[in-house]
Amino acid sequence: MPLANTPTTVPVVVDEDKCIADKGCVVCVDVCPLDVLRISELTGKAYMKYDECWYCMPCEADCPTGAVKVNIPYLLR
Amino acid sequence: MGDIPDRVSQVDCDILVIGGGTAGPMAAYKAKVKNPKARVVLLEKANVKRSGAICMGMDGLNNAVIPGHATPEQYVKEITIANDGICDQAPVYKYAERCFEIIQELDKFGIRFLKDEKGDFDVKKVHHIGTYVLPMPNGDTVKKALYRQLRRAQILISNRYMATRLLTGNDGRIAGAIAVNTRTAEFLVFRAKSVILCLGAAGRLGLPSSGYLFGTYENAANSGDGYAMAYHAGAGLANLECFQINPLIKDYNGPSCAYVAGPFGGYTANNEGMRFIECDYWSGQMMLEFYNELQSGKGPVFLKLDHLAGETIGEIESILHKVERPTRGRFHEGRGTDYRHRMIEMHISEIGFCSGHSASGVFVDEYARTTVDGLYAAGDMANVPHNYMLGAFTNGAIAGEHAVDFVAETDFAEFDPADVAAECQRVLAPTLREDGIPPNQIEFKTRRFVNDYLQPPKVTRKYELAADRFAEIRDDLDHGMVARDPHELMRALEAASILDCADMAVCASLFRAESRWGLYHYRTDFPDKDNDNWFCHTILRKQDGRMGCETRPVAPYIVPIADDERDAYDKQRIRRQA
Repeated sequence: MPLANTPTTVPVVVDEDKCIADKGCVVCVDVCPLDVLRISELTGKAYMKYDECWYCMPCEADCPTGAVKVNIPYLLR
Repeated sequence: MGDIPDRVSQVDCDILVIGGGTAGPMAAYKAKVKNPKARVVLLEKANVKRSGAICMGMDGLNNAVIPGHATPEQYVKEITIANDGICDQAPVYKYAERCFEIIQELDKFGIRFLKDEKGDFDVKKVHHIGTYVLPMPNGDTVKKALYRQLRRAQILISNRYMATRLLTGNDGRIAGAIAVNTRTAEFLVFRAKSVILCLGAAGRLGLPSSGYLFGTYENAANSGDGYAMAYHAGAGLANLECFQINPLIKDYNGPSCAYVAGPFGGYTANNEGMRFIECDYWSGQMMLEFYNELQSGKGPVFLKLDHLAGETIGEIESILHKVERPTRGRFHEGRGTDYRHRMIEMHISEIGFCSGHSASGVFVDEYARTTVDGLYAAGDMANVPHNYMLGAFTNGAIAGEHAVDFVAETDFAEFDPADVAAECQRVLAPTLREDGIPPNQIEFKTRRFVNDYLQPPKVTRKYELAADRFAEIRDDLDHGMVARDPHELMRALEAASILDCADMAVCASLFRAESRWGLYHYRTDFPDKDNDNWFCHTILRKQDGRMGCETRPVAPYIVPIADDERDAYDKQRIRRQA
């Protein structure tokens, strides 16, 4: 059975102007307990790749530039 | 998936600690401090810096036994009664004796505890009988403080490696573990003289009512891998039918939290704003009254704070919106819930296994030893009842200290290389399929059936149907699940752990033919407590490749419980004075 891509709106939002992942920072990717963040090969910035969020906040709390915001996932908002 | 690694690396160590949340770091630290020459490896699926139940810290200790405020005897009595008498007291007593020393050590690490003007610990009363709750004013710093100590002690840390199975020797002794990297799918085989399991609760068992797979009470990384690994290694698991079910903020599915708000004057109320339970301490009996209130038409149930002074509410907010689950504030803001004006809607959570809150865990003795030689367990997954964070720290310490002595007098157990090959094959199977069922669908279906059939009240016929559905899903998982990258492979392995736990929940629940622990094990076909036949542990084990249960006597009490004390936790409902 082939797979489909079903869209979801993700809770973690990264301000690309503030994100310094293109300078080598991977703090948010490192600290996520669910390992759902990645650095985009296209933009060099962090983004949420997998919608598997515990809305726990280490990514936001540890970001050195305040670029990350954790929202409540839509289904439980 | 990309290249499949054809080479398996092997690492030798004295002690392998699996799980870097709360108990694990303390176990590794204590082992290394006791014998700096010991080779101690700490393995973690995420990153030790921010992993586990306390990744954003904790608001306080729920079970501090502090001289002058409580005695070990009193605490052991409280937990024995709260757990309906099914309690080997030796591990609880050991915890109660040791935990004050651990508090002092955490204090030295830089984690502060609330003190009064005289410099004495400012302990609060939340439990039914005794006084054990100690707030932590800088509780958000716990993980950072722990991590500093791990670095200082030079513990070897392997982040982003997920253990998949334990290895045992021909003599049944522990021999090591197999782990797979969650970003590269590379395998590591650990040869270890001792393994300490600290993998947390099985928190992704039931499905949150929001339908969001990761919207769980427990850190969603805690998918029950430790329970599954202990089971497959032949260890006994105790009282799994004593589910964890919590009173949580509806939809947000996190604690509200009565332990924080209670000492300030907050309480659980019905839709009339009236109290209906005597004590907000989480127990099965309390959850049953919560359930009864909902059934009576007086629900929803709320946490009531709106009668408190604004200043007091500000203080509660500064705790609830800063530590443990800081997004609580954002959730309330989104719905326009201000504690000053509106009660907080609560609900009954989905089920899980957790000894930190109830009593479902891998069987351990007072040295944190499981029934497998050389294998230890500590924290939420080890069955020392109602153990919470301080229990994880304390029993982690006990496990580490005992294991480091154990390995000094033992050698590696030999395992069969064929076991490693078979495990590599099992793990990689979903990556070798071109298409199939993705892990999230396998997981969703398993957990949806857990809700449909296993959520108490427990009905025998529903449990039998669940067993049939789980067998069908297992067939899909074994022969049709597909993983397209190492991250999906991690989810696939977690889906297998979750399904194992679902089967264990059925097996243990059907075995105990009585009702006990309030809502946690309320069987409609056996509605009464049956002390004549079931005043015992149930032990679930893999025997000859099959899942089975047996009874185990409760060890003779160290601290006697008088007849008129036994049912103190059964008297939760507020009775009107005539």
